[in-house]
Formats: sequence, structure tokens, C-alpha cells
Amino acid sequence: MAGSRRPFAPLRNLNAKIAAVPMIVTVLVVFIGCTLWTVVYSFTSSRSLPTLDFVGMDQYVRLFRTSRWTVSLKNLAIFGVLSLSFSLVLGFILAALMDQKIRFENTFRTIFLYPHALSFIVTGLVWQWILTPAYGVQKVVRDLGFETFNFPILTDGRFAIYAIVIAGLWQGTGLVMALMLAGLRNIDDEIWKAARVDGIPAWKTYLFIVIPMMRPVFITTLVIISATIVKVYDLVVALTNGGPGISSEVPAKYVYDLMFSRGNLGQGLAASTIMLTTVLIILVPWALLEFRPRYRKGEVSK
Amino acid sequence: MSSSLSSTEPRGSRPKRFLSPTSIMIYSALLVAAIYYLIPLYVMVMTSLKGMPEIRLGNIFSPPVEVTFQPWATAWNSACTGLYCEGIKVGFFNSMKILVPSVIFSIIIASVNGYALSNWRFKGSELFFTALIFGAFIPYQVMLYPLVIITRQLGIFGTLTGVIVIHTIFGMPILTLLFRNYFVSLPPELFKAARVDGAGFWRIFLQIMLPMSLPIFVVAVILQVTGIWNDFLFGVIFAGTKNFPMTVQLNNIVNSTQGVKEYNVNMAATILTGAVPLLVYFFSGKYFVRGIAAGAVKG
Repeated sequence: MAGSRRPFAPLRNLNAKIAAVPMIVTVLVVFIGCTLWTVVYSFTSSRSLPTLDFVGMDQYVRLFRTSRWTVSLKNLAIFGVLSLSFSLVLGFILAALMDQKIRFENTFRTIFLYPHALSFIVTGLVWQWILTPAYGVQKVVRDLGFETFNFPILTDGRFAIYAIVIAGLWQGTGLVMALMLAGLRNIDDEIWKAARVDGIPAWKTYLFIVIPMMRPVFITTLVIISATIVKVYDLVVALTNGGPGISSEVPAKYVYDLMFSRGNLGQGLAASTIMLTTVLIILVPWALLEFRPRYRKGEVSK
Repeated sequence: MSSSLSSTEPRGSRPKRFLSPTSIMIYSALLVAAIYYLIPLYVMVMTSLKGMPEIRLGNIFSPPVEVTFQPWATAWNSACTGLYCEGIKVGFFNSMKILVPSVIFSIIIASVNGYALSNWRFKGSELFFTALIFGAFIPYQVMLYPLVIITRQLGIFGTLTGVIVIHTIFGMPILTLLFRNYFVSLPPELFKAARVDGAGFWRIFLQIMLPMSLPIFVVAVILQVTGIWNDFLFGVIFAGTKNFPMTVQLNNIVNSTQGVKEYNVNMAATILTGAVPLLVYFFSGKYFVRGIAAGAVKG
């Protein structure tokens, strides 16, 4: 290399910039560009083709007058609250049980986590089969002698969303357990020793010392599960397909159906913008909480 | 350790008795949970091994009286997806055709990108990285329609290429995060020494970083194989009818309204669809856990 000239600024570190081109394109075109496109066009009268005929909040007004959308939102709220609370509580309890220096830990972990490897479609179809009144749980209990036992969870519109909660918990709790277990293992043994010396019972140690210490783990888990909850789609398609009637519709399915089968783009775009807003409501406070101290420490968590 | 004759107090914590009341409670709670988790797998397998008459008479938990593998053969070869009756095998091969290139491309792009972000930072690189991670939280539904327009303009909508590009794009945040964090954790002296010796961007990547990062590549492959195999939404929109992946075909087989429902065939098809990620999971163990943990840790 004769005479190391300093290259022209934009060309400096050129290879790294080339390597980052896919990321830059993804961020600018897909994440920013496509999102803005959707938000802008949600204010237009687009039907089967996008047009730039702005109609203000019309699409949103119509959206919230559509019963299918309000049912979707209500279902998302039920699904969200139940999935979050049950998976956090059950996941933590499972993790705490797993943390008692038990035997067969790997076997239990494998069992609790395998549903997470499956597709939501597979999960949905299995639970559809287990919960089918004519053959599943209802029939099994009736065969045991309880002739009048009724479990119309898939056929009665009032309960269908709970079938989705059950299937979702089956698939998702293992993940929470794994995250919580990692969090528990990070707690210093000295804490436990100190608590024991002071004669604090184990449940109190968990409730008042360990759980507060695991706050970051809880928050991260919460955000991750919330983001997947808002997206819930395949599970509903496989398990109930929104039925019976519209009783188990969810927002993501509403968006898909209006965009791709009903040809009502404006409604689909407005609905997806609402989904985005929901995620931002969860995400922004978390980002403000979590990312600031991280930059100060400048460390990379394992 | 030799305690038989010693008069001193034994050291260390008192060994737990296996059958103390507490441990009985712990194990029974875990066992109940384990049974709940295993029931669907058990029911799937049992149902897929029964004939239809036995399914109509018996209950879903009873093991088959007469084991038959016919449902498996039917599911693979001749189950109907509503349009034609060529079985789930069509979906299996479609999924393979989507999976292999998607995994390869997404990992190549993300590993090089993660390497650039950890060792060759440039002005704005951190900003883009943060935006990339935030992008992972945007619901796909928000970006779907514009992406349909873009892929249509590029002439790849409804093709294998289209769905592969989409998988590469949406795999990027998590994979980049994974690789960046890994490369950052390697000792910086390695990189500096190579720089002093005059090695450039690609040479350091290929000759120093790659040989050291096999484990993280394994994690990335597992993450992508299970993720892409289990995808439904991108397959149904971007792959086109003749390239529908296995998950889409499975849903069409089971939830198609025509004809008599063959639950045993449905369950066999369901197991077959779940088999690939399940095998990956059972054989990869710790790497799988590392992959999902990587998705969870904050950058």
C-alpha cells in the first residue's frame, strides 16, 4: 500500500456500509416507509385500490361503528389481559418450582417448552380437536357418567375467545417460564442465604425480595408477550376462524380480511393503524424506561 | 466426604430428602403441569393411529385398539386441500423450498450486518440498528399492503422469491441483534491484531470471526428454521397459491368445509407439519433455549 491516502468521507469504511445496505433499506423502506404509507392512506377513501382522496377521520369513524371491529377489540382485550396475567403468574410459579434444585430439570424444561416450537396453526388445530364438543373434553366427561355436562367452548359464541386463551397459554407459558428461570438464576445466592438467616419464609422472600429484584425481567417479558398478543392471527384462524359468527374475531384478522378478501383497503389500513397505536402505547414507555440506563452502562446483556 | 467415622459436623447444606413433604408437593405440581403440556401431543398421536369408526365410538384419550398407519399415508399423499387432493406432501416440499433459501440469505445478510455493527461502526449505524430493533415490534399488518405493492412492482409477488425476500426482511432485526451481541462479546484484541496485520473487512470476517462463531450460527439456524417453518401469514400472502407452505395447506385440509371430516387424517397431517420444528427442538435443546432467550434480552 503506497502512500495511505485518507479516502473521501462517504467512502470511508465502505465495506461496512455495503454490508449494512439491507438493514438501511429495511429500516427506511419497510419499517418507516411502509408504516407511513399505511398511516397516510388510512385517511383516504381507498376501496379495492389505494387512492389519495383524503376523507379525514371517516374510516376511523366507520371502523368504530362496525360491530365486527368492536368485537375484535373486546376479544383482544380479554385475550390480552387473561394471557398476560396467567402466563406471567403460571410461568413464574413453574420457574420457581424448577429452581428448587429438582431432578429431571431438563426433562421438565423440554416438556414445558416444546409447544413453543410449534406453529400457531398446529396449536390451534390440536386444541380445536380436543375442545370439539362431539368428541373432545365434553364427550370424555359425559362418558365418565356426567351425562348433562356441557362444555360448549367452541360452539357458544360467548366462550370461543376463552378457547383461544387456553391454546395460547399452552403455547406461550413455557417461554415465560424459561425467561423467568433465567431471571431467577441470576439472583445472587447470598440473597437467599441472608433471607434464610433472617428466618424469612421462602414465599415471602419470593414475593418481597426476589420478584422486585426481577422487575426488568418481568417488564421485558411483558413487552414481548404484549407485542405477540396484539399480532395474534394464525391461532384464531386455525382454532375458530373467528367464529361462531364473529364472536372470536381479532384485530389482525379484521385487517387481513378487509384488505385481502373484502377489498376494503381504507378500513383495513385504519384498523392496522389502530394496531400500531396500541403497540406504541406499550412500547414507548418501555423504551423510555429500559433503553436510557442501558446506554449509560453501555454494556451488552448476555 | 468420608463421613463414616468422622465426629465433626458435616459441611455444606443438608442433603434434601427426595421424599420430604415439600419435594412431594413440588414434584406433583410439576407433574400435573407436565401432563397438561403433554396431553395435546398424546391426543394427536393417538387420534392419528385410530380408524374413523373407533374415533366416533371411543374418546380422544383412549389408546387405539387397532393401530393403523393409513391416516398418515392419506395425510401425506392424498388429503384434500379444497382444490386438489395431493396430500400435505405438496406443502412440505413448498415449505422446504421457502425455508432453505430464506434461512441462508437471512443469516448471511444478518451476520455480515451484525459484524459491521460491532466492529466497523460508522456514522448513523447505531441509529439504524435501534430503528431496526424497534421495527421488530411493528405489527406485520401495518406493513403488509405496501409490501404487496412493492413486491408486485418488482414482479416477485406470489412467487417463491417474494416470500423469501419477506422472510429475509423480517428475520433481520432478531438475527442482527443476535450476531451483533455475539461479535461484541468477542475479545477486541483479536480484531485489533488482525487489523494491525493488514487484514480488511471481509478477510477478518471470513478468517477470524466466522470460525469462532459456529455456536451463534447454530442458534440463528434454529431460530430461523422454526420461525419460517411455522409462518402462516407471509406464506398465505406472498408465496402464491401453488407455493403455499405446509402450515397454509394444513389449515386448508383441516378447516375446509367440504366432505366428511377425517379427524385421524387431520391429526396425522398436523403432526407431520409440527414434526420439523419439533425435531429441531428435541435435537438442539440448549441452542433453542438460547435462541428464544436472545429474542427476549434487551439489546
